[in-house]
Amino acid sequence: MPNTNVSREPPGRVAYLNARLLDPASGLDAPGALFADGKRIADLGPRLFADGVPEGIETVDCAGHCLVPGLVDMHVHLREPGHEQKETIASGSQSAAAGGVTSMACMPNTDPVIDDIALVEYIQRRARETSLVKVYAFGAITRGLEGKQITEMGLLAEAGAVGFSDDGLPVTDAMVMRRALSYASTFGLLVSQHAEDLSLSGCGCMAEGAVATRLGLPGIPDASEEVIVARDIRLVELTGGRYHVAHISTKGAVDAVRQAKARGLPVSCEAAPHHFTLNETAIGDYRTFAKMAPPLRDEENRLAVIEGLHDGTIDAIATDHAPHDQESKRVPFAHAANGVVGLETLLPLSLELHQRDGMALLDLLRLVTLAPADLLGLPQGRLAAGAPADLLLFDLGLAWTVETAKFRSKSKNSPFDGRQVKGRALRTVVDGRTVFTLDDAA
Amino acid sequence: MQPEPLPSAFAHQHLLGIEGLSGDEIAQLLDISDGYVELNRAAEKKNPILRGRTQINLFFETSTRTRTSFELAGKRLGADVINMSVATSAIKKGETLIDTAMTLNAMHPDVLVVRHPESGAVKLLSDHVNCAVINAGDGSHEHPTQALLDALTIRRRRGPLENLTVAICGDILHSRVARSNILLFNTVGAAVRLVAPPTLLPPRAAEALGVTVHHDMREGLRDVDIVMMLRLQTERMQGTFVPSTREYFHFWGLDAEKLSAAKDDALIMHPGPMNRGVEIDSELADDITRSVILDQVELGVAVRQACLDLLCPRAPGASG
Repeated sequence: MPNTNVSREPPGRVAYLNARLLDPASGLDAPGALFADGKRIADLGPRLFADGVPEGIETVDCAGHCLVPGLVDMHVHLREPGHEQKETIASGSQSAAAGGVTSMACMPNTDPVIDDIALVEYIQRRARETSLVKVYAFGAITRGLEGKQITEMGLLAEAGAVGFSDDGLPVTDAMVMRRALSYASTFGLLVSQHAEDLSLSGCGCMAEGAVATRLGLPGIPDASEEVIVARDIRLVELTGGRYHVAHISTKGAVDAVRQAKARGLPVSCEAAPHHFTLNETAIGDYRTFAKMAPPLRDEENRLAVIEGLHDGTIDAIATDHAPHDQESKRVPFAHAANGVVGLETLLPLSLELHQRDGMALLDLLRLVTLAPADLLGLPQGRLAAGAPADLLLFDLGLAWTVETAKFRSKSKNSPFDGRQVKGRALRTVVDGRTVFTLDDAA
Repeated sequence: MQPEPLPSAFAHQHLLGIEGLSGDEIAQLLDISDGYVELNRAAEKKNPILRGRTQINLFFETSTRTRTSFELAGKRLGADVINMSVATSAIKKGETLIDTAMTLNAMHPDVLVVRHPESGAVKLLSDHVNCAVINAGDGSHEHPTQALLDALTIRRRRGPLENLTVAICGDILHSRVARSNILLFNTVGAAVRLVAPPTLLPPRAAEALGVTVHHDMREGLRDVDIVMMLRLQTERMQGTFVPSTREYFHFWGLDAEKLSAAKDDALIMHPGPMNRGVEIDSELADDITRSVILDQVELGVAVRQACLDLLCPRAPGASG
């Protein structure tokens, strides 16, 4: 299924003029210009092109808007192979481009599972053929996500896997987790845990608490996440493996990561926008679009996640983009699939941290660009001469209303439909090629 | 009742491990072994110094090469050799290890050669017998005759052991061969490096064993004199120690490319039995200029003769 949207034209030479350049790696926040020569950034700065743009260079007038590294989302589900009715690499990449995401790492809980180098190569080939943005694969920690035998992590990493996760499921067995961390440490690989004690979660389908009690739904305690994070941190002490908590959502887990970092352990974590913009009340009257794993929790937990983002405990924001079709969501709450789409709301929801919670813009941008790129060992996520020309031009003040019906994702399962937000991608550039402009989309 | 120690030409009643042996004692064992190498290459291999002595090979774990090697060693020295394996032992009927020891002791053997799957079991057995006990491998603890035959192989090829650098590669965690070799090389002044994924290394290996630890083969083999490969048990290849055979061979299997990091004349050793294509490339294993794997087998008999010679009382009038 070749996709005609994917340009085969070589990227040109483009001058981005009149921009507000923001780069979390260098701390740059200044008006100026950027020159992309082919796939790479050739130069940037306040005085670049001060004497005009030479002949033969295309120009883009940024009109004073923010020109930043393209967003890097280290946690998405693209559903290909196996569940193409929910999303494909092609549709997911269109969703990403519209949201300003130029690189994303997909989780291995596909069908078949990405637990073999052939699957990593398949993802890479499909991305080459059909994706507007850069797609990287996580490999499974255990074969078939069964939690028993570790995968060929060394070979998978050589094939291009950027990290390892059984996401959707935790690695439950402590011995398997110990050995996985130990084995991964051989190659310095990142092991990401879906931290959930399934035996504690039981049949719970939302956060345990007053709302669940009123709704008569079985709850998942915060401890379900916290005991696994605490256990895993002890295993990191034993093994020295690089450990990452996916979609962290509780105060206790954030505290545990904060303490682990203070002790110098190689521990990192990410938070999803829905966990710092919503709490359990978003479920309202059994809205299945607000059902995900980990669940939306109470306000204290939401504020703890925001605090963790502010003080650097939480390294990155990642969407956990989890497309589901109507059939998976139009069922009784307890039966509904977990997950929300997130690529097209990542930017404005993250910007709420800046606009509402007072985080410096560069600090916020680091969470969605440089930090996840560094965790995955990718050279992008920064504006620097020689870096890939993966760029996002966005309007910081543009107010708009989220309309899920207009999402490019195949799935529309978002609890943010109708939300008033501020900040929007105007242009998305991958390897020097423009893959999205808001003008064309409007 | 503690059994009375019997007189011996050697300062130890038993050979339970390399631990406790001095450099001089190791040299003494190797010197005597050298003599038996020549004897074993002669047409007439018999030197019946142990005529009338009884040697029981007591194997609680299956073994072909080690048991055969001990059997040949005993027979060439004229001893009456009995093989007892776990299938025919009383252990299956619920007899304890100590009961077995005392029962055998009552039959007045002169030497027991014991292999047991549990670390420390041979020592426990030795506490309850009067005769000499040779440890032919206990759990993941020690396999002293293997270390001695490895040392003999190296000494005959490369001269003095001191100041050599030896890389021991593979499943160190489960290996009694590795532990005995580390002890021996440390005692004689050779440097030991361990090369393995962390899942196959014992915890705190560097401080516990006095070695340096490497996870990368090229790094671990750089400029070494000796490359000692260990067998990876099949049941450990698929699971949580190592993900697969192909991944193991890719990163830790010895092939020409990885070997090129070692000294040009580095020797390749393997205690056997080999998993060709898992821990060692087949062509390398058969490369007679580099691989001394068959030498190890040959010298194993001589080393075991030397051990029996030192630990058993000689027949009256027998000459060495």
